[in-house]
Amino acid sequence: MSSATMIARDTRSTSESTTLLDFRDVAMTFPDGTVALSGVDLTVKRGEFVTVVGPSGCGKSTLLRIASGLEKSSHGTVDLATDRIGYVFQDATLLPWRSVQANVELLAELHGTPKAARAAKAKEAIDLVGLTGFEKHLPKALSGGMKMRTSLARSLTLDPEIFLFDEPFGALDEITRERLNDELLRLFAEKQFAGLFITHSVSEAVYLSTKVIVMSGRPGKIVGSFDVPFDLPRDPEIRFTPEFAALVGEVSHALREAHS
Amino acid sequence: MTDDVTGTTSIAVRRTRSTNGGAKFGVWAPPILVAIVVIAVWYLISSMLGKKNFLLPPPHEVVAKGFLNPETASDIVTALGRSALVALVGLAIAIVIGVVWAIAMSQAKWIERSLFPYAVILQTIPILALVPLIGFWFGFEFFSRVVVCVMIALFPMVSNTLFGLQSVALSQRELFKLQHASRWTILTKLDLPTALPAIFAGMRISAGLAVVGAIVGDFFFRRGTPGIGALLNNYTSRLQGAELLAAIIAASLFGVAIFAVFGLLGKLAVGRWYDFGQK
Ligand SMILES: Nc1ncnc2c1ncn2[C@@H]1O[C@H](COP(=O)(O)OP(=O)(O)OP(=O)(O)O)[C@@H](O)[C@H]1O
Ligand SMILES: [Mg+2]
Repeated sequence: MSSATMIARDTRSTSESTTLLDFRDVAMTFPDGTVALSGVDLTVKRGEFVTVVGPSGCGKSTLLRIASGLEKSSHGTVDLATDRIGYVFQDATLLPWRSVQANVELLAELHGTPKAARAAKAKEAIDLVGLTGFEKHLPKALSGGMKMRTSLARSLTLDPEIFLFDEPFGALDEITRERLNDELLRLFAEKQFAGLFITHSVSEAVYLSTKVIVMSGRPGKIVGSFDVPFDLPRDPEIRFTPEFAALVGEVSHALREAHS
Repeated sequence: MTDDVTGTTSIAVRRTRSTNGGAKFGVWAPPILVAIVVIAVWYLISSMLGKKNFLLPPPHEVVAKGFLNPETASDIVTALGRSALVALVGLAIAIVIGVVWAIAMSQAKWIERSLFPYAVILQTIPILALVPLIGFWFGFEFFSRVVVCVMIALFPMVSNTLFGLQSVALSQRELFKLQHASRWTILTKLDLPTALPAIFAGMRISAGLAVVGAIVGDFFFRRGTPGIGALLNNYTSRLQGAELLAAIIAASLFGVAIFAVFGLLGKLAVGRWYDFGQK
């Protein structure tokens, strides 16, 4: 990490608008020649929840993988000002032989946290996502929504400063998805992490975020950025206001432009 | 949240109800019916043979001369015990070698490319043709019998374990990588547990094959304490059809039993979270 990163780290407690993730002119060309991203500039600050929408295959997952360090960009600089990253995959990625409790403890276990401490951490996280009472259940006994909650709880045990979400609720039904959106907003308010969220749903994007970014088809470029003016914490009812509908319309329009 | 919960429970309840009671009959009836038909045909052929029915003695004679005659029965049990020891030692070795071999191949593509062809060759070479060579190298006793077992039982262990190790989802592996987990941690906490159901499926197949290997070994390696294969050979040369059939049935039942034991072990080990499917 660069010296800019160090400065960002030192000042994080004093400034509300610390930049946690900074992409400058990032491009990604895979060894097979596929150009997934080009010229991406993006920052995510503390207190921000940035959502990325874009056509399938435009490089959204690649963007997150680069942000998390799973993949190295082929061009440009990426600064991540923290090592406390939460990463939520599209599927819950639970280990089927572990109970909810043991699944939530996994990450702390990998970091060598003593048993009692990680059990306590897991308990707190399970509580936060509303799964108390299901600690002993195996993943196969959980609904899709409950699996995703377990996955969220697992990341929460790391106390992430930045949370990366790769279409986490894409496979869920509408009602479960909306409920989890509300829970996520509550966690966001409570835990003060920054978020970078990928979704196919424009209304989910507008409802969750402080900023919505629209990407073009491959190679993915940022073609639009919309600040979301609605107050936090958000009232679920704003989904039905004309202002909300207007912004969803605008973003959808930009997305359609990007497609063609 | 709440409707999630009630949804899962009611489904679970319905499922347990439907598999109880009537299902048991459906599971056992067909194979028993087949057994009855086989025994009937057996009687029919045996009676048609008339005087030559030493070639296929009727079932009651097999039971009387084979299983109810104390001397023969004890011969069969002793021989089976010796074969069981050979088969279990061979199986244990095949499991260890197979799992280690597969783990090695799962660690890097180049290792897999180098070693997998030999696993396939092991499967395709006629082991019977190699058996004399094994005797030549390792003698004609216990050890050679075990070697034959290992060679016959090894391939399913290698291929099943490798398949299991490679069935880990990429996202799960990345979950571990994001925490900078070591190869060893990924192997022990992710890869091997994921592979366990496939490993147990492999063990079940290999267990049956190990019994075959033990019997085959007896036919070639007669020193020391040969097992059921040698007994089969003796009965054959003395034209003791009833005893021969009794010994064959005992050996088959032993194979079935060892298969079932490993099936059960698999269920005990991973059945809590893995569904082996209705069999
Ligand atoms: N390791 C790789 N090697 C080569 N090409 C890749 C690799 N990973 C991804 N790609 C390609 O890069 C492009 C972007 O992939 P990515 O998964 O980031 O898209 P996405 O926007 O997340 O799509 P979706 O919305 O369908 O999830 C795709 O065309 C994909 O095929
Ligand atoms: Mg994707």
